[in-house]
Amino acid sequence: MSGHVDPPPLDLRALVVDPTTRVVVTCGSGGVGKTTTAAAMALAAADAGRKVAVLTIDPAKRLAQSLGLTELDNVPRQVDIGDRPGQLWAMMLDTSRTFDEMVQTHSTPDRAEKILANPFYRTISTSFSGTQEYMAMEKLGGLSASGEFDVVIVDTPPSRSALDFLDAPQRLSSFLDGRMIRLLVSPGRGVMKIVGAGLTLFTKAVRAVIGGQMLTDAAQFVQLFEDLFGGFRERAEATHRLLRRQGTAFVVVATCESDAIREASYFADRLREESMPLAGIVLNRMHPPLVTMPGISMAALESAAESIRGTDAVTAGLLDVHTRRMATHEGEKRAASRVARTHPGVPVLQVRALATDVHDLDGLRALDL
Amino acid sequence: MTQTSMVRPSGWSTASGRARLHVVTGKGGTGKTTVAAALALSLAAEGRRVLLIEVEERQGLAQLFDLPPLPYEETRIAVTSGGGEVRALAVDVEAALLEYFQLFYNLGMAGRALRKLGAVEFATTLAPGLRDVLLTGKAKETVTRSRSDGSRIYDAVVMDAPPTGRVVSFLGVTVAMADLAQRGPIRNQAESVAALLHSPDTVVHLVTLLEEMPVTETVEAIADLRAAGLPVGSVIINSVTDPLLPDTVVDDAAADRLDPGRIRESLAAAGITVDEAVATGLADEGGQHARRLITEYDLEAELAATGAPMMNLPRLVDGIDLGGLYELSSMLTGQGVRRQDRDPASGSGT
Repeated sequence: MSGHVDPPPLDLRALVVDPTTRVVVTCGSGGVGKTTTAAAMALAAADAGRKVAVLTIDPAKRLAQSLGLTELDNVPRQVDIGDRPGQLWAMMLDTSRTFDEMVQTHSTPDRAEKILANPFYRTISTSFSGTQEYMAMEKLGGLSASGEFDVVIVDTPPSRSALDFLDAPQRLSSFLDGRMIRLLVSPGRGVMKIVGAGLTLFTKAVRAVIGGQMLTDAAQFVQLFEDLFGGFRERAEATHRLLRRQGTAFVVVATCESDAIREASYFADRLREESMPLAGIVLNRMHPPLVTMPGISMAALESAAESIRGTDAVTAGLLDVHTRRMATHEGEKRAASRVARTHPGVPVLQVRALATDVHDLDGLRALDL
Repeated sequence: MTQTSMVRPSGWSTASGRARLHVVTGKGGTGKTTVAAALALSLAAEGRRVLLIEVEERQGLAQLFDLPPLPYEETRIAVTSGGGEVRALAVDVEAALLEYFQLFYNLGMAGRALRKLGAVEFATTLAPGLRDVLLTGKAKETVTRSRSDGSRIYDAVVMDAPPTGRVVSFLGVTVAMADLAQRGPIRNQAESVAALLHSPDTVVHLVTLLEEMPVTETVEAIADLRAAGLPVGSVIINSVTDPLLPDTVVDDAAADRLDPGRIRESLAAAGITVDEAVATGLADEGGQHARRLITEYDLEAELAATGAPMMNLPRLVDGIDLGGLYELSSMLTGQGVRRQDRDPASGSGT
């Protein structure tokens, strides 16, 4: 068969154990196993003697429990990994608390208190789409700058699009620079004349829908936030630089389903455009057969299954399991090959599917890295 | 070749058959868009006309039906038996917002300028619920749109809705909005949307996989939907593993207690000679399959405990292409999915 491409192998264990690797970001669409991959990498690094922080966003309950995480928390807690040389610290991101802390860091106590009490602030800190992505990056920046950890591994939020976290800081800061808020609060000045009466109507419509009080709160927020804004933007830029730095590695996670592959491809392309270091692509939940029977065709196995079904339904069933698995794996191999062809030279790791969800450290250790 | 080993109660209720608005939700990655499309195809059988609405601005329907990006207008994307059809509408939130304001205020040419300024994104960000008001409002408009003789344009509207974690606030938004705008046209509009969503004309279907997180979210969402007075339709379980081993050996296989000697003998009888290692490997594959089945049975039992009707869709070996989509649709039809006419005397309920 022509057209089959073997990409270079991706060795995640070597990546996280490498002393020059300081930040690892896992990304991909929802439900592909990002969090599990991040946790497994973190544990591998800790087992090898490094001091690791892993920042998770929305872990499955049992995985969270296995890391000793019971609630949203903003400080990494040490996980008991037994008799191993390194240390594993884990935390589950609390988005609004991270935002609050950022405000407190960049403001006087008096002003911070006013901002935190502002209803408009509460709305953006909890529901602005992208706040979670932004705060994950903010926390990553903080943990990395603290110098307390050899490596920080961060999972990205289960966004609509894996690209959201790259765009979120920009969107949030243009939102917060207050220009639009000023327009809505006091129309009729400056740029406003361009749209004139239409804007007045628009403002009226917005007021009717969201309530005049919200706009008043927004105006107060803009005033309070004005001084803070510079520091805020600087911080976002610093994090962006951190993501491009040597020692940072992005790991794109996907399954062989078309949506996940498409997202992974967009993401890999985008990282290249932004000159961000892509370590490779993980293809999760593959089903390679555990045995091969050279010289025996799929059709022969199928007819053998039929011939013994009456006498030994169990063995016939095992043959069905095997042929089904071969067919599934053929599809997976085609998908993997497409990834390799569209991203030549990008390392790929194929990870076997597990029969059950991972819910303890041994399960994480058993994953292919 | 799907084997169904037990008889189960119908996964499609009469109430679902009679509903006009089918809201399809599910955690990201569960195949929500695919299932919504398959459902629309099934409802469009026997000459019905169905509208499929996409609200997340990701052009998932275009990709699924192998079409160029869909415009913000109702476009025919599939024809079904008996002259039925499915049309699709990918809602453009900005355009919908301007359309919405146009209902109440004459913005004239200012609309485009506002869009350029980013005012629309700003307003939807400032009031996240505004987006949801627009989308549910659009659904209501299409559900109730009628010909001059009073008959509805669409027999059913299927909405590929926001994910499970957000669906209750999404559908509840018009109630909140009606509280916020104390009078006037916006309040009236919000109230009529809320009335539709809480009426027998609406059902919410939940798509899940038999995996821990999606199942937990589905169970929570069902409780939340019920608490909010929103009608739960079916739980549609996607990518279910076909049971390939006899029920009686699943536990033994899962515990790696199958006898490789017996496997070798039976294979030899079928003319296939294998060594011990291959027999053990086959038993191991059986073990993984059996452990997966047990995990799925347990999770299915958690879903069943909610009392919601359930339907299953298998994992398609070849992935989801257009052919696979029609296959899924025929499986839904096989499990009872169809549009049923309401007793003409009972009216629309809104």
